[in-house]
Amino acid sequence: MNIIVVGLSHHTAPLEIREKLAFESNGIEAPLRELTSLPDISEGIIVSTCNRVEVYAVTRDIAAGMARIRRFLAERRRIPFSSLEPYLYGYHGENAVRHVFRVAASLDSLVVGEPQILGQIKSAYGYAAEYGASGLVLNRLLHKAFFVAKRIRTETRIASSAVSIAFAAVELAKKIFDDLSDKTVLLVGAGEMGELAARHFITAGVRGVMVANRTFERAERLAAELDGRPVRFEDLLDHLHKADIVLSTTGAPHFIIGTKDVAEVLRRRKQRPMFFIDIAVPRDVDPAVNELENVYLYNTDDLQGVVESNLEQRRMEAEKAEEIVADEAGRFLSWLSSLEVVPTIVALRSRFEEIVRSEVERTLSAWKGISPEHERRIDAMTSAMISKLLHTPISVLKHTGQGGRIDLYLDALRSLFDLSPEMQEVDKDNGGDGDE
Amino acid sequence: MNTVVFSVVIGIYGAATLLYVVYFVRPAEALCKAAGRILASGFAFHCLFTVNRYLESGYTPITNPHESLSFFSLAVVGVFLAFQWKYHAVILGSFVMPVAFLILLASASFPSAVTPLSPTLKSGWLAIHAVGAFAAYATFTVAFCAGVMYLLQERYLKKKLLGVLFRRLPSLDILDDINYRCLAFGLPLLTIAITSGSLWAKSAWGAYWSWDPKETWSLVTWFVYAALLHGRLTTGWRGRRAAILAIVGFCVILFTFLGVNLLLPGHHSNR
Repeated sequence: MNIIVVGLSHHTAPLEIREKLAFESNGIEAPLRELTSLPDISEGIIVSTCNRVEVYAVTRDIAAGMARIRRFLAERRRIPFSSLEPYLYGYHGENAVRHVFRVAASLDSLVVGEPQILGQIKSAYGYAAEYGASGLVLNRLLHKAFFVAKRIRTETRIASSAVSIAFAAVELAKKIFDDLSDKTVLLVGAGEMGELAARHFITAGVRGVMVANRTFERAERLAAELDGRPVRFEDLLDHLHKADIVLSTTGAPHFIIGTKDVAEVLRRRKQRPMFFIDIAVPRDVDPAVNELENVYLYNTDDLQGVVESNLEQRRMEAEKAEEIVADEAGRFLSWLSSLEVVPTIVALRSRFEEIVRSEVERTLSAWKGISPEHERRIDAMTSAMISKLLHTPISVLKHTGQGGRIDLYLDALRSLFDLSPEMQEVDKDNGGDGDE
Repeated sequence: MNTVVFSVVIGIYGAATLLYVVYFVRPAEALCKAAGRILASGFAFHCLFTVNRYLESGYTPITNPHESLSFFSLAVVGVFLAFQWKYHAVILGSFVMPVAFLILLASASFPSAVTPLSPTLKSGWLAIHAVGAFAAYATFTVAFCAGVMYLLQERYLKKKLLGVLFRRLPSLDILDDINYRCLAFGLPLLTIAITSGSLWAKSAWGAYWSWDPKETWSLVTWFVYAALLHGRLTTGWRGRRAAILAIVGFCVILFTFLGVNLLLPGHHSNR
């Protein structure tokens, strides 16, 4: 019983390939059924986001299972196998478990620490569970992955600092205003970067957006898209006092907002604080504005500095997170192997009993005149021999328990005695062991 | 019995202060909860101590430095607990609690014996005058701490020094709001204290106001905070200016309370 991962992500594949391979969540039932009906695959989950497409599966034969999934992906999405294959990676055993944990905890994301991935994995697991594609092992693996993600979120600050410039701006705004729900953003210049930043502020819950642009039509169009209000560029300074956050992104060759303008606006606002984000190059806002009381001005370089210090801090936090992943992966793997101990013991015992029984039967059937009393004694003797012979191996198996060696023992027993233990699904519905 | 309770209060406040300071460096949910609970229990013991002292002596126990500082500390903790409960301003504790703890230690350094009350202090005005004054001082102490935090956070934002302290400190708006709320509660309390003191002076000495140093400095304190409130409501004195005035006001209070009581002669002198 092995866990394998096959897939591709932003690390290995360009967008064109990721797009082609992506699965739609509302038609996921058929591919899931096809996946789990493949000969070597007993359980499967398909994770498909804009940055990754991955299959998590349980197989008896690692090599065969991986090959089947590779071909399944190519055939299912009608991509020539040769053009897909170079982008695919595959993991098994401990690496596979670690990979799933890292993905769920957003350590493998394009923006490390971004929170959406956990929700996407949860819904992928939801579909797999709904259509019966995941079983004992993957249920447990995914629950554990959610637990690891939660642990990493609470024990490290990996998700707490901003990475993109727009995100950094929102974080800074929260340190000035605390509550953004009664704050208004004024976007000056209807460019792409400004729009992106404005959208971040909208997601963060600002009350409203005003859009000013030299071409008024463009301001109107973007304002409609952002559910905001267009402002004529000539009237910019008359509307400035209504804005708490000013996002300036114009292509103007000189400053469009000066210190005097802002000082005047502050008087009209009764000194309520203002946050200027000047992401235009060349700059739109006179740097001296930052000297005014209750005004905070950040330009592209300042924000870049925030992003970089966050990245640095994030790298340190990521190390902590990796330790948690390794720790939990170890625990999961020992659970996985303990799952096979009891079935292996059962299989070993029945293999012995089978041999003894057939030998005893052969002997007795050729033995004329043996009394039932003697027959009973011979049975008792052979049972006792089996018990005594197996006593040491079984107690070693039972007590080796956690740790890496149990896998060696199980593998050795299976190949020495040609065993194929049936997995016991004792706690199918109970994916967790109480620590979730 | 009361000295035992007082020592317990010192111990608990010390522990709570330590937890709040550690919480500032290493924020963890469990730490914050523990600190809150421990402090609340300390506050309960402190109330018990104060009530017991009242029953023992038969007068409002705010007559000598030991009692006054102890009540001051109690009021600061009470105001902080109210802010923590209402605004979850836990980080505020990392600044307020060391101050409250220091005040309590100062109280412990004065003799705690119950002494017979001097005849002039035997009046119903004592309770309203002294409780009002220390409640006002307590809210201004919290405003002072919020002011210090504001100036730090404002500096970090202006200079773009976005380190660990920046991340821990609350937003400017929250700190400014604490400043405003302290002012809104503190100024009426101070007004009550000064008015009742004046009425009391009339009944005790026959004059409402005699320009004794304490009276003068209390008036100065009142003007500082009244100016701040006026500025806030009319021309938008907020943020940095409000924080600085809260700090200035606190310094005047320190002088009014310590300097005047301990150094200058007058009705409030403890010399």
